[in-house]
Amino acid sequence: MQYDEKRLTRIVATDCGSTTTKAILIEWVDGEFRQTIRGEAPTTVEAPLNDVTKGVINATQELEELARLKYNNPNIKFMENGEFVIPRKGDIGIDAYVSTSSAGGGLQMMVTGVVASMTGESAERAALGAGAIVMDLISSNDKRMNHEKIERIRQLRPDMILMAGGEDGGTVKHVVEMAELVAGADPKPRLGSSYKLPVIFAGNKDAQPEIKNTLAQKVDLIVTDNIRPKLEQENLGPARDKIHDLFMEHVMQQAPGYNKLMDWAKGPELESVPIMPTPAAVGNIMQAIAKDEQIEVVGVDIGGATTDVFSVFTEDYVFNRTVSANLGMSYSISNVLASSGLDNIMRWVPFDIDVSELRNMIKNKMIRPTTIPSLLEELVLEQAIAKEALRLAFEQHKEFASGLKGMQRQRDISEAFSQSTSGATIVNLMTLNLLVGSGGVLSHAPRRNQTVMMLIDAFLPEGITRLAVDSIFMMPHLGVLSEISAKAATEVFRKDCMVYLGTCVAPVGKGKQGKPALYAKLELPDGSKFEEEIPFGEVRLIPCEEGKVAKATLKAHGGLILDKDKNKELSVDLHGGKVGIVLDTRGRQPFVLPTEKVERIAALKKWMREFKVYPEQILV
Amino acid sequence: MGQAYSAGLTVTDSIILKKERILPLKGQVLVKKGDKVTAETVVAETLLPGKVVPFNLANKLGVTPAQLVGYIKIEPGQKITKDTILAENKGLFGLGIFKNEVRSPVEGEVENISSVTGQVLLREPRIPVQVKAFMDGLITDVIEGEGVVIENKSAYIQGIFGIGDETVGNLMMLADTPDDELDIGKINESCRDKVIVAGAFVHYHVIEAAVKHGVKAIITGGIDDQDLKKLLGYDIGVAITGHEKIGLTIVCTEGFGKITMAQKTFDLLKALNGKKTSIHGRTQIRAGVIRPEIIIPMDFDESELISKEATMPVLEPGTMIRIIRQPHFGRIAKVTALPEELTKVESETLVRILEGEFEDGTKFLMPRANVEVIES
Repeated sequence: MQYDEKRLTRIVATDCGSTTTKAILIEWVDGEFRQTIRGEAPTTVEAPLNDVTKGVINATQELEELARLKYNNPNIKFMENGEFVIPRKGDIGIDAYVSTSSAGGGLQMMVTGVVASMTGESAERAALGAGAIVMDLISSNDKRMNHEKIERIRQLRPDMILMAGGEDGGTVKHVVEMAELVAGADPKPRLGSSYKLPVIFAGNKDAQPEIKNTLAQKVDLIVTDNIRPKLEQENLGPARDKIHDLFMEHVMQQAPGYNKLMDWAKGPELESVPIMPTPAAVGNIMQAIAKDEQIEVVGVDIGGATTDVFSVFTEDYVFNRTVSANLGMSYSISNVLASSGLDNIMRWVPFDIDVSELRNMIKNKMIRPTTIPSLLEELVLEQAIAKEALRLAFEQHKEFASGLKGMQRQRDISEAFSQSTSGATIVNLMTLNLLVGSGGVLSHAPRRNQTVMMLIDAFLPEGITRLAVDSIFMMPHLGVLSEISAKAATEVFRKDCMVYLGTCVAPVGKGKQGKPALYAKLELPDGSKFEEEIPFGEVRLIPCEEGKVAKATLKAHGGLILDKDKNKELSVDLHGGKVGIVLDTRGRQPFVLPTEKVERIAALKKWMREFKVYPEQILV
Repeated sequence: MGQAYSAGLTVTDSIILKKERILPLKGQVLVKKGDKVTAETVVAETLLPGKVVPFNLANKLGVTPAQLVGYIKIEPGQKITKDTILAENKGLFGLGIFKNEVRSPVEGEVENISSVTGQVLLREPRIPVQVKAFMDGLITDVIEGEGVVIENKSAYIQGIFGIGDETVGNLMMLADTPDDELDIGKINESCRDKVIVAGAFVHYHVIEAAVKHGVKAIITGGIDDQDLKKLLGYDIGVAITGHEKIGLTIVCTEGFGKITMAQKTFDLLKALNGKKTSIHGRTQIRAGVIRPEIIIPMDFDESELISKEATMPVLEPGTMIRIIRQPHFGRIAKVTALPEELTKVESETLVRILEGEFEDGTKFLMPRANVEVIES
């Protein structure tokens, strides 16, 4: 059911994250939907409170306080006796309450397939697309012995299992064998032992009777359409829908306070609105942008525990989501250090620091995840760590977001000597139109210039790419709001959520330090002009307001190229933004930082000054 | 007021504790409601299912899965010993020439036989598991077949981070002041089976000496990240700990690096020197926060066992707080004001702040997220 402003004038939306519960107020003001107020409070899904709704109440109380201040009206209230008042009656109450959730570890799944890179990967894609964290992929060919697989299944305690395997009419034996391993392990659900573990079978339809024989007694078996009915066809929808249903029916029912939260989430007709896993809601919004504007998009949401990367590529709008379960800025910050190594973090830091002090600082952030850097030096360090977390998460995404593997491909003579195979990544930075950042470290960076620098250094966009950020992290809220009002969600998304930061122009290829790399002539909307022959190894930031366009003539030198057609010269419109237009001649493929510390620090300081990312005091 | 700050760790000289001691799988409860137990009492036990050994019988016998039924000598649920014949063929012409038999590689029972894959699942014998009380107290509830609820009155300290599992020993205060670094010279045979208390810091070589002298656990303000890595042999990426087997349990009360132990924690441990202490280092900071615990049971009367409802401590002018991030990490102060508007701090971050005052009268501003409330 969809509603418009006649039924929706005031909506509260929350996202119950693993650290913080974020609440926003959306109102119909002066003929349009706007996000007006935001509040937050620590999530309370864990001891001692063990009730997610306490955090929601605290965050909503903050909304109420701020609303009273904003409208200078002491009577405004959204809740009474600890519950939302729906529908709104004047100052009291709201018309709808919706929520997403990733608290309590989100949705944790295990998936199985016959061949890891084929049906296994399809199962993984379905689970990730539904907003899950995939704890493990177990397949017939994953090189572990069967008894090791059984042990692993037993240890994991996922919220549910998705089993794929075999195209329709294909292998039955391998699919049943996997079911036998699952049955042998007799897995128990993560939350509580009062119900059977949900297992979705979305494999070869011919294997369904045998699967039922093997598993029906031991688990809560749900059978749905094959995820990979043919080798060249992926059918993720039915499995994803089943995952969402089970998430509501089983997982959410078990988490502390969620019964009450599910009861609270209602539309104006008092009909219930399902709680959505946070990443699924963000995925909804990302796909909507890509289709709406007919562009290729990469989005990233860097949280405390995990980093999600979303992408929509190719003319078919192929959507992929990956979650790097142990790359994040608080709970998992120490793992970023372990995964990237200290040197990779230090390469982004423009000053010397006692390494053991840095290590202890990172560990202290891990054990006290809600603290924030109040010292400038600590902010610089956290942003250096963020760049590495983003880089690693994007590398994992590129590897995963690929064409279907295992298909026969006809090659023409031009491809005969190339290394491309089926299943190559579909992420092409050169054709990417828009890079969107989200999550605390990007959305709440004290200067938007810092967000631009983090996105560019971590993702290394190529050619011409627009950059944006989710202003205050409300994509999840809008993703779930679109379930009851696409109109409200879209309006707020365009007006309040997306903050366009500007455009990055980065020629691809190798150059020589100091030699001409890019000639750029920009006619800016205020009538002024920028013209420079920019040497290799530099950055330039040219202010150009949001909503305005600069007419640009760009010419790359040497071996550098500017777009997918390998043009060296372009006349294009470059979109402005809160930060402006960045001309980056530091090179791509490869992007190389000086190896000598003194040189590296000097280069970082030069770029950081140009980007205006930090106050001068930290760069002297 | 929205509560944009952390609830503090509990440090108290008296709390009514309630602990569930539950078996990993259903089993037998060995005590009854009203029983007084000690930490060492086994309260419940069960038999965990043994390891599953998958075994492709059809392949071993050289027949198809569908043919297997004609040769099989076992059935699901049947007990087997090592070398029990699982299946055999009759050999050439049924005369026993080139007869092939397949014997069980393990002792246990037959779980499943599949005519689709030709695979049998054999399960090794069950593994006994016992759950101990872990703390002295009273059984106040029995959850049939699953475990018990134990209650007691204790002095209680939550650590911020720890490693190593549950253990019990008598408390031994080795530090003179809360900012002491534990000296290796203090570790000797008198520390055997004790839970020793360092001050602000404990070095790797001191921990090694403690392991050598049979110390059960160390309570310290801080530990160095690299020492921890050396102890474990790997770097901790995500704080999920408690299963480490390094010879003792370590509980940090403050964090990483040399950090003075909170005065209240130090004083409490000093006052309880010599008392029996239950301690574990289990830490999980995500998805169900678990913090290490130091439990020092006290004498109590059954009528005292009424626990208070959990509440969020309130941050208001006059509240005592501890700073949990640089600058001033670890210092204690008093809140003097809570301005509502967002304020820019040195890092230029706009945050909700508090105004506070240290004991010496110095005033400061601090993000509310960087303090924890000290419960009075």
